Amino acid sequence: MEQKTEERKKATIIVISGDFDKLFAAFSIATGAAAANMDVTMFFTFWGLRALKKNLRTGNGLFGRMIGLIEGGDITKANPSKYGFLGIGRWMFGKMMKSKNVAGLYELRQLAIELGVKMYSCQTSMQVMEIENEKLIDEVTDTAGVALMVEQAQKSEFSFFI
Amino acid sequence: MAEDLKVDLELDLKGLLCPLPMVRVSQNITKVPVGGIIRAVATDLGSLADIPSWARTTGNEVVKTERVDKEIIFYVKRLK
Repeated sequence: MEQKTEERKKATIIVISGDFDKLFAAFSIATGAAAANMDVTMFFTFWGLRALKKNLRTGNGLFGRMIGLIEGGDITKANPSKYGFLGIGRWMFGKMMKSKNVAGLYELRQLAIELGVKMYSCQTSMQVMEIENEKLIDEVTDTAGVALMVEQAQKSEFSFFI
Repeated sequence: MAEDLKVDLELDLKGLLCPLPMVRVSQNITKVPVGGIIRAVATDLGSLADIPSWARTTGNEVVKTERVDKEIIFYVKRLK
């Protein structure tokens, strides 16, 4: 990327939601900011980890496996925050978006990766929800904690919590 | 604007919706030399606001915008 000589502006996006619509907003903002030559860092925590998961079962103990089952699947299995209807909403939104030529979540995430958006997974929520590193996509920059997030947010022009 | 615009790169952004038109322009701007022009054809009404805004934040310039039927045609000049 160009503009190496100038200090690039930073943006931080913390993603706690695994809802389709909120992930869509998060990745739209991330790609938009990256296109505007910003260094973008995303932190994924709790339900937001869905955005980084491979399509694999997670969980070891009873509760972990239960969460893994209910929250199973990768980014393409995210349900909208309204009109969930046990997956019908996801199907409906998918149809509507395809017919209108809107990029899907998977494509938006790929675009964010292409544009150099950094993606960190929250170590604590991975442990709580029993999601191991191997269950996340290889493009994840690293696992991290709140200190790294605060450091990035301090240096950022804007920080969003989604 | 009376100037003749020499187009260095054509981009077909028809059918794409936010944030894609603006992102595609940003991905292609370095493919033209400084001072060069991208002619981008979009249909997303949101891009009317988005692409000039992207140009302002990145220090580039939309030198001309045309509307032909449903098409919005941007002439984006790379300034740095």
